Amino acid sequence: MIYTKTYPAPPFDRREILRYAGVRGDAPEIEAILEECLKEAEDKLTYKVCYGEFPVSVFDTVESEALHKHLEECENAVIFAATVGIGIDRLIARYASISPTKSLLFQAIGAERIEALCEAFNSEFDGGRFSPGYGDLPLEFQKEIFNLLDCPKRIGLTLNESMLMSPSKSVTAIIGVKNGYQRISEK
Amino acid sequence: MGIKEFLKNNTVFLDGGMGTLLQERGLSAGELPERWNLEHPEEIIAIHRAYYDAGSNVVNTNTFGANILKFAPDELESVVKAAIENARTAAEQSVGKQEKFVALDIGPTGRMLKPYGDLDFEDAVAIFAETVKLGVKYGADLIMIETMNDSYETKAALLAAKENSTLPVFVSNAYGEDGKLMTGASPAAMVAMLEGMGADAIGVNCSLGPKALAPIVLEYLKYASVPVLLKPNAGLPCSVCGKTHYDVSAEDFAAEVSELVKKGVRIAGGCCGTTPEYIAATVNACADIVPLPVEKKNITCVSSYTHAVVFGEEPILIGERINPTGKKRFKEALKAHDIDYILKEGISEQEKGVHILDVNVGLPDIDEVSMLTEAVTELQAIIDLPLQIDTSNAAAMESALRRYNGKAMINSVNGKQESMDAVFPLAKKYGGLIVALTLDESGIPATAEGRFEIAKRILDEAEKYGIEKKDIIFDPLAMTISADNNAARETLRAVGMIKSELGCHTSLGVSNVSFGLPNRDLINSNFFALALGRGLSAAIMNPYSAEMMNTYYAYRALAGLDENCAEFISSAQAVSTVTQTVTEIKEDFASELQKAIIKGLRDRAAALTEAMIAENDPLEVVNREIIPALDTVGVGFEKKTVYLPQLLMSAEAAKAAFEVIKSKMPSGKASDKPPFVIATVKGDIHDIGKNIVKLILENYGYPVSDLGRDVSPEKIVEETVRLHAPIVGLSALMTTTVPAMEETIKQLRASAPWAKIVVGGAVLNREYAEQIGADKYAKDAMEAVRYAEVQS
Repeated sequence: MIYTKTYPAPPFDRREILRYAGVRGDAPEIEAILEECLKEAEDKLTYKVCYGEFPVSVFDTVESEALHKHLEECENAVIFAATVGIGIDRLIARYASISPTKSLLFQAIGAERIEALCEAFNSEFDGGRFSPGYGDLPLEFQKEIFNLLDCPKRIGLTLNESMLMSPSKSVTAIIGVKNGYQRISEK
Repeated sequence: MGIKEFLKNNTVFLDGGMGTLLQERGLSAGELPERWNLEHPEEIIAIHRAYYDAGSNVVNTNTFGANILKFAPDELESVVKAAIENARTAAEQSVGKQEKFVALDIGPTGRMLKPYGDLDFEDAVAIFAETVKLGVKYGADLIMIETMNDSYETKAALLAAKENSTLPVFVSNAYGEDGKLMTGASPAAMVAMLEGMGADAIGVNCSLGPKALAPIVLEYLKYASVPVLLKPNAGLPCSVCGKTHYDVSAEDFAAEVSELVKKGVRIAGGCCGTTPEYIAATVNACADIVPLPVEKKNITCVSSYTHAVVFGEEPILIGERINPTGKKRFKEALKAHDIDYILKEGISEQEKGVHILDVNVGLPDIDEVSMLTEAVTELQAIIDLPLQIDTSNAAAMESALRRYNGKAMINSVNGKQESMDAVFPLAKKYGGLIVALTLDESGIPATAEGRFEIAKRILDEAEKYGIEKKDIIFDPLAMTISADNNAARETLRAVGMIKSELGCHTSLGVSNVSFGLPNRDLINSNFFALALGRGLSAAIMNPYSAEMMNTYYAYRALAGLDENCAEFISSAQAVSTVTQTVTEIKEDFASELQKAIIKGLRDRAAALTEAMIAENDPLEVVNREIIPALDTVGVGFEKKTVYLPQLLMSAEAAKAAFEVIKSKMPSGKASDKPPFVIATVKGDIHDIGKNIVKLILENYGYPVSDLGRDVSPEKIVEETVRLHAPIVGLSALMTTTVPAMEETIKQLRASAPWAKIVVGGAVLNREYAEQIGADKYAKDAMEAVRYAEVQS
């Protein structure tokens, strides 16, 4: 069974956003612009996750030592896809032509947001995340994840021919669930 | 009896969920359910039959994902054929006595359309068309487009259905908890677009239970003039003791759905989690409900990919600035294919408060079909205002309407037979609100009565196409009063007559009225006020004119449209701050300009440049002030004392200064640097890095030809050859797109051997760049500029 969940906005980490934008010290004028960007982005962000719990045997045929190591001693794995929506992509594109500075900041906000969303989801489990493209797990494994989770229908997340995802601020990952861990229960 | 005939006097019952039932029967995760039509027809027939037995009038074939992206053509054909046969067999076997129909089910492709995804709109139309043709070939009774969560893809599917069949088409969208589609459309926006294109029934399905979908369905009932469809989930899934349940029972589901049938829903069924039991309960609960008639709503509106703009409630402002007429800089931008210029114009009009953007890119020596289409697609990617497509070229009109993500305003038709013959078929096919000019073969009548007569004839002709009065808005033509003293009076009378006697909305291009007079804004804004007083619904106007905007806000306050006069008050305050900033910047110290650029103060840099070039050679200003300031920032960035966003702020300030200089140069050029071609390679849709490099290059005076993202090697080669560009910049973010970069380099070497190639992007490094044959790897924008400076 695949579940869909919408999260409330996780708290914003401004330091982290500035770090993503390439700021390594004090930059008060950038911080002021960031506040404007945050205000504009706030109601254009969504926080959606779809996920399912599968026996690790679904990965038996996958050739990836790193993934199997990640899932060692796990009976089940939670596969999830998360996205903060198309709104932030539109803001990045809109400001590309009028203010590249803001475009960069929206990009950084998107990066921090999707990370925060993954953290919020991940915090409900013991294990760490493992994504296609990590180690020897090929990016093409995205296709399998999309097949299993039905991401376009559930959270509006799509996979392009070059294995990029649209909306761009999105993540797919696998979390190992150790023996005895209680299965996910909704609500 | 056809489904449309049946729908006239009956509530139509659809089927329920398919996916969960298939899983219960052994469909495994990741397996394509459509294959079961061939592999397990008995299971599919049993499910369909159970729905017919429960009272469904329409059963959807098991073809949700049956398209040429997932199946080879031969297999697709056998899947669709078997799917329709299975449904037919079930209908024959069923004991139900009701009328029975088979709907060809069409779901989304699972891909995102360009520009945010990589699927071209026409490719999407072609994908849906294949499935539609098969549905027609094997005898479906209707087409059900469902669970669409993107307005643009919905349009592609509906267009494919309309172009390849004469079957009735039902269109159903999946909304989120926020009452919008995933890509932002509101119910009103979807109603406007889908009705305009001729959908036979529209509505909502999936994502939520009937209670949560109720407010969305009520919006549909408020706006729609075609039957409304509802197919909710059985609530939300929950796991109890490891088994999945949906949290709304069949009884509750039926009770909630039947309430909405009482309010006017005419087509009802269920989606995920619903079973024949839910449908039987719903049919039962609705047994005694007399179907409400479907009423014409007569709403005049247009829509974008997010919202609808309704005429008549409030005066509508249509920004006129995207138009080359009389604008030297705009013409140059069009000739240089500078789309950014158009986008900026659109964004600043939006910031000024217009509701719709007029888009006109007609120039004698450009390809208007491709330019207008490109302008529309680029504008709608980043601006959520509805667009008014303004052209007299029918081919350009069609191409732009086709790609438009919503219901456009069409500018314009007139009383000439030739014009009506060209425009009405397009409006009928693609939908749209048509601006009709009251002129004909004998010109513009001098009197209001003459224009009124033309308006009536236009309405009569439109009726022949089935275009309703609500979809025509008249422009009774503002004429210049300096040529004819009665011109404004007659136009105003025509506005009043069209409104009161025809019941139609009007729009005016107000600024024509003042040609040849001094202080034109004063005349325009007073004329605008008079016209609003006569019931004018919309104006094509210049939103940068303070007088026009003041009149607009004052009118709204006076007409009782502005609660507590709040918007008027805030607009009045905005006016006074603008005057303040202008007076502040009066000094013209050279070093001040450098400081402004270094600090990234865009407006100040522009104002100082303006002041400086009044007394200095513009090129001198570039070389003595702007370039040294940029160098200071660039060196800081390389030493890591200036951060990337600060570098960009300075670059933006320098760009503003350059814009001022360009506008004063006779050639419109501020330097003699060679052209630089730049692109993100095929398959890659990330372009922020490329945009940064472009901006910095422009600062250093390079005329950059930006081909955008996801660009084919052929296109990059073509442009490099066309410009004989000495340097090409390529960007790639993902390992999966580096092969495309390599291929581009190979083709460039063959066809443009003179060009140096500089590459960049997250996955690249020096070794990798060498390996794929690039001349240079640049780790950031400054390094790319330094390389260009050495080469040229």
